Amino acid sequence: HLATSLPLPSERDHFRPRIDLIVFMIDIKSKYSLKNVEASLAHVDASFFLGKVCFLVTGVGRVNACSIDTNAVCKLGETYCSPVLFCELELEGIRVATAQRLLRMLQICAGHIPGVSALSFVSLMRTSDDD
Amino acid sequence: ENVDPQNTAFLLRKAWTLYSVTPLYRFHRARLRDYARLLSAFIAAEKQKGLAVEVGVELDIKVAVSSLADLRGSEQDQAAVLVQLSLRSQASSRNSEDKLVWSGWFCSVYGDDLSENVPEDFTCLPLFLTHGAESYTSMVGSWFQKTFDCCFRRLAISPLNLSWMVAMWAGCKLDRAASAMELVFSMPHLSQPLDISYAIHPEDAKALWDTVQKMPGEITQEEVDVFMDCLYAHFHRHFKIHLSAAKLVKISTAVVSAHCDGIVKILQSQYLPGVLMLLTELAISQIQ
Repeated sequence: HLATSLPLPSERDHFRPRIDLIVFMIDIKSKYSLKNVEASLAHVDASFFLGKVCFLVTGVGRVNACSIDTNAVCKLGETYCSPVLFCELELEGIRVATAQRLLRMLQICAGHIPGVSALSFVSLMRTSDDD
Repeated sequence: ENVDPQNTAFLLRKAWTLYSVTPLYRFHRARLRDYARLLSAFIAAEKQKGLAVEVGVELDIKVAVSSLADLRGSEQDQAAVLVQLSLRSQASSRNSEDKLVWSGWFCSVYGDDLSENVPEDFTCLPLFLTHGAESYTSMVGSWFQKTFDCCFRRLAISPLNLSWMVAMWAGCKLDRAASAMELVFSMPHLSQPLDISYAIHPEDAKALWDTVQKMPGEITQEEVDVFMDCLYAHFHRHFKIHLSAAKLVKISTAVVSAHCDGIVKILQSQYLPGVLMLLTELAISQIQ
C-alpha cells in the first residue's frame, strides 16, 4: 500500500488489512520529503516503533544533488529507534537488493519467520550499526 | 589572513569554474619559471599535433606561473599558485600588451584536514579555479596531471552547501546598496525545464538571519535549516509551491554568487578568505 502522507483516510479503515511494516521514504534531493515524513510520524501509533518502522533514504547515488543533511536523518532513526536504509533506486542492482531486504523485513514483521520477532530483529540491526 | 586587496582584486567579479585537485607530487616552488617554460612548450606541441583545435583559440601563448604569498589561510597552508596564459602580442611595438586569455589558480585556505595526512613530497592545493576557454583548462590540466601525478575533478556544489552559503552571507554587514539576494530553483519531474527565481531584499534576509542565529560567528545546520524553512514557508504562503521539493541550483548574495555546477563569483574582497575556506573544504571532501 502506498500513501503520500499520513494519516491514511479514515473512510477505508475497515477494509484495510493489518499493517505489519511502515517504510518512510525520504528523497535526498527533496527537503520537502523529509518534512513530510516528520509530520507523518506524529500519526503513527507508538507500538509500530517496536521494529515495524523503517526509513528508506533514496537518491544517494547523486551526492551533488543532496538537499538534506544525512546526519539529521540518522538522528531521526535514532529518535524513533528504527533502522535507516540508504539506496539508489535508479540503479537496478541496488533497487532489487533493497526490495529483497524490505521483503525480508516484512516477513519478519508479519511473523512469518519462526524464532525472529520484529523487535529482536531491529535490535540486531542496531548493534551491527554501532559496530 | 592579511590579504592585500590590491593583489587579489583580479579575483573578484569573475566567474571561476571550480575543480578539486589531489596533492601534487614533487612540486617545487623555486622552479615556477621552469614550469612556465615547460607548460609553454607543451602548449606549442599540442598546437603542432593539431589537437585542441577550436575556432578562435590562438596557441601562440605566453605562460606565467607565480606564487601568491598572501593567499592562504593558516601557516600550514601552501601559498596559492597562479597560472596565466596570454596571447603574445602580434605588433612589434613595445607598448602593445599581451592579452590575458586564461587564468587558473591553485589554493588552500585552512586545508589542514588534507595536508596533515599527506607524505612529505606532496604539496596540497586542493582547490583549483579557472577563468577562460575550456580548451586551455584542459591543456593546463593535462600538463599538471602528467607532471605532478595529480587528478582534477569538477567540483559540484550540492543544494545543501548552497543553502549554507546563503545563510553564511545573508547576515553580512552591507556597506552600500546591496543587490537583492536571489535563489534559483529547478523544478523536478517536468517535461519542460522550469526555473523559479526567488528574490529577497537583502535587508529582509539579514533581519531574518539575525533572528535565527544564536551565537554570532557560529553557524549550525539547524540554524541554516530554520532560515531556509522560513524562506520556503513565506514562498508557499504566497504561491502554494513547495520550494523544498525543488532543487536549489543557483544563489546570489552581495558577497558571492554560486551555481551548483561549480561556478562561483566573489564580489567583495573582505569575504574572500571565508569563501575560499568553504570552497577548500568542499574540494577536500570531494578528494577524500
